Amino acid sequence: MAEKLFLEVVTPLKAVVSEEVELVVAPGSEGEFGALKGHTTFLTSLKMGALRYKDLKGKERLLFINGGFAEVLPDKVTILAESAERRKDIDVARAQQAKERAEKRLVDKASDLDFVRAEVALRKAIDRIKISGIK
Amino acid sequence: MATLKEVQSKIVSVKKTKQITSAMKMVATSRLRGAQNRMEAFEPYASKFAEVLGSIAGKSGEDASPLLVPREEVKKVALILCTSDRGLCGGFNNNLIYKAEQLIESELQGKDVSFICFGKRGRDWAKKTPFSIEDEYVGVVGGNIEFSVASTSGQKLVDSFLDGAVDEVYLIYSQFENMAKQIPTIKQVLPISSLGDMVGTIEVDAGDQFLPEHICEPSSEVLLGEMLPKNIFIQIYDALLQTSTSEHGARMRAMENATKACEDMVNELQTIYNKTRQAGITSDLMDIVGGAEALKG
Repeated sequence: MAEKLFLEVVTPLKAVVSEEVELVVAPGSEGEFGALKGHTTFLTSLKMGALRYKDLKGKERLLFINGGFAEVLPDKVTILAESAERRKDIDVARAQQAKERAEKRLVDKASDLDFVRAEVALRKAIDRIKISGIK
Repeated sequence: MATLKEVQSKIVSVKKTKQITSAMKMVATSRLRGAQNRMEAFEPYASKFAEVLGSIAGKSGEDASPLLVPREEVKKVALILCTSDRGLCGGFNNNLIYKAEQLIESELQGKDVSFICFGKRGRDWAKKTPFSIEDEYVGVVGGNIEFSVASTSGQKLVDSFLDGAVDEVYLIYSQFENMAKQIPTIKQVLPISSLGDMVGTIEVDAGDQFLPEHICEPSSEVLLGEMLPKNIFIQIYDALLQTSTSEHGARMRAMENATKACEDMVNELQTIYNKTRQAGITSDLMDIVGGAEALKG
């Protein structure tokens, strides 16, 4: 059995994950990275995307995180995200709607600000749907 | 002296008022619990953030970000005023407004002040001042506050600070101590006064141990640049949570006092009622006795 490290995912609303895990894979802003026990201390910002981790039973779990920061210590990983959702909490129907809405806005090409926002919304929705689809 | 009927209707009306105030107290109590839970849920995020920020802040110089540099001449000041939307919470809002008034009179004399108002009460007051209201958020304080409210308003402030539209930003909110005590507090948000202050003692505790080996990606300056604005959002969010909790606490107390006052009043009125009734009976008896005497004689 692999050595374990402690994973903490906290958002302003609550601590989403706080448990011992084997492996964490997070979407760093400079590229996805994995962390096992004994990882060098490391600090990075995160992109929006999927945070994967393997719990002690070897089961892979997925979370959608909306940007933030990660601090990696040899025996602990802390993720500070503005929001984080477990896969089962993702509302696929809502994400689908958001995706369609964003796509429509992108086609309509409204003002600049709307364009940026729609793009972010679209990416968010696509990521959510993708995560919920992974088995 | 009031007639029996008058006293009785007064008693009924005071009792009704008491019903309302005690119901409001119960509502405030349950809301207070919710607000306190939210405050507790936010705490781990805030303290962890401060810890991480502290560990990179130690590495960077004081001029690592424009948000740290004080302006040589301060002309335009933004005040974030957090109050509640509703009244009936004692001196809660007045205390906050008084704090704002004091700040403007003492330190911001002759400066161009603009307001960012969270809560109706503060906004209504700000409208009466000669200063402008930059932004207003009603229906936020006291309810279920979303972090995005804090980050949207915070981002606007950071942008206007960087543009030079604002030279200093202060936050006025109510710090929740306990049920009986809520302290109106002023905090300087921008420019960030000093990294040491901001992260408090945490830097000393944890920072020194693993600070040298931290690898940062992207560089620590870039990270710091990203984290400092976030830290402002966190402060605003925290202020909103504190103010909400304080509001419910203050209302609970105000309503408790009101309920007690109602009880006292009912007791008093009841005494008057009894006295009046007795006086009536006595005078009736006197009439009867007097009448009987007259018949005899």
